[in-house]
Amino acid sequence: MDVPKEKAAPESPDENLAAGAASARSQVLAGFKAELPLAVGTIPFGLIYGALALGTGLPASAAQAMSSIVFAGSAQFISAQLLGQSTPAIVVIITAGMINLRHALYSASVAPYLQHLPSRWKYVLAYLLTDEAYAVTITHYQKESRFSGVGNKHWFFLSAGLTLWITWQASTAVGVFLGAAIPSGWSLDFTLALTFIGLLVPNLKDRAGAAAALIAGVCAVLAAGLPIKLGLVLASFVGIAAGMWVEARK
Amino acid sequence: MSIWLVILAIGAITFATRLSFILLFSRMEMGSFLQQALRFVPPAVLAAIIFPELVLREGVMDLSPGNERLLAGMLAAVVAWRTRNVLLTLGVGMAALWLLQALSARGLFP
Repeated sequence: MDVPKEKAAPESPDENLAAGAASARSQVLAGFKAELPLAVGTIPFGLIYGALALGTGLPASAAQAMSSIVFAGSAQFISAQLLGQSTPAIVVIITAGMINLRHALYSASVAPYLQHLPSRWKYVLAYLLTDEAYAVTITHYQKESRFSGVGNKHWFFLSAGLTLWITWQASTAVGVFLGAAIPSGWSLDFTLALTFIGLLVPNLKDRAGAAAALIAGVCAVLAAGLPIKLGLVLASFVGIAAGMWVEARK
Repeated sequence: MSIWLVILAIGAITFATRLSFILLFSRMEMGSFLQQALRFVPPAVLAAIIFPELVLREGVMDLSPGNERLLAGMLAAVVAWRTRNVLLTLGVGMAALWLLQALSARGLFP
């Protein structure tokens, strides 16, 4: 006998929250709670970024301003490093742009949930669309719920984004402040490669992705002699093409 | 170009990337070709940054065990693969680099 699939009104506050029917206030609280562990995890990176940026010769004001103007950790790392090596501006901009291209994927992924919002909300939430805010927000939006509506969930997004924003500004400020005290013998520039290894390796899920990484990496080494760091951009495009080629052959 | 203009340009591009589909969604569908290409951007760009950092020393390829960054980076990759934890990857990688540097400064390695 079939159990009737009557949809009862949600009873627990959690269910309400998942459904997006909860008040803006409880969404804000839930967003903060969800983001907090991820925000704490970014503190060491903020410290290291601040110290590294100063170490490359960037003025403290510029290093800190980058945290609020760009607000994207890995792009800030590479930009500070390239600026420190007096790389031509256009190469720094293209490289940072490519590092941040993954945000276009996030943008496409959250877009359906934000369509009912006024433009000013879209602009603010786009500014706050970091890896960490995206991770908790998309999970919240996709949570199974008795109502499929998005309700007040944009308040969750806003709160998660702001939690990370405040943490990032504070931790990079401390890093900038302490930066001068950190000796260059510590090889802090190596943290860039290590951070990127931590982001890359766990996300190599299939052959096509691995091919894109391997080919791009080898090309980057072979093309490293090219002027103005063009090898980086060139290797990225070759790697993307390699990934698409392997994918198409499946 | 001054550093400030570069920072503003990077900020504008980052913001435009994040805003792109949120703003355009109602007007267009993302082409499947572009969607596919975007999927390979992170692994390609990250690897293109990582490999030279590990393999090149002052612009020359060094695949010998005397290359501390290569060894530390490979260890970090194993940690990243097993734990999926960026902070742990960073910690183990830096510790390995410092250890190898200290050993080689004392002539104990390689």
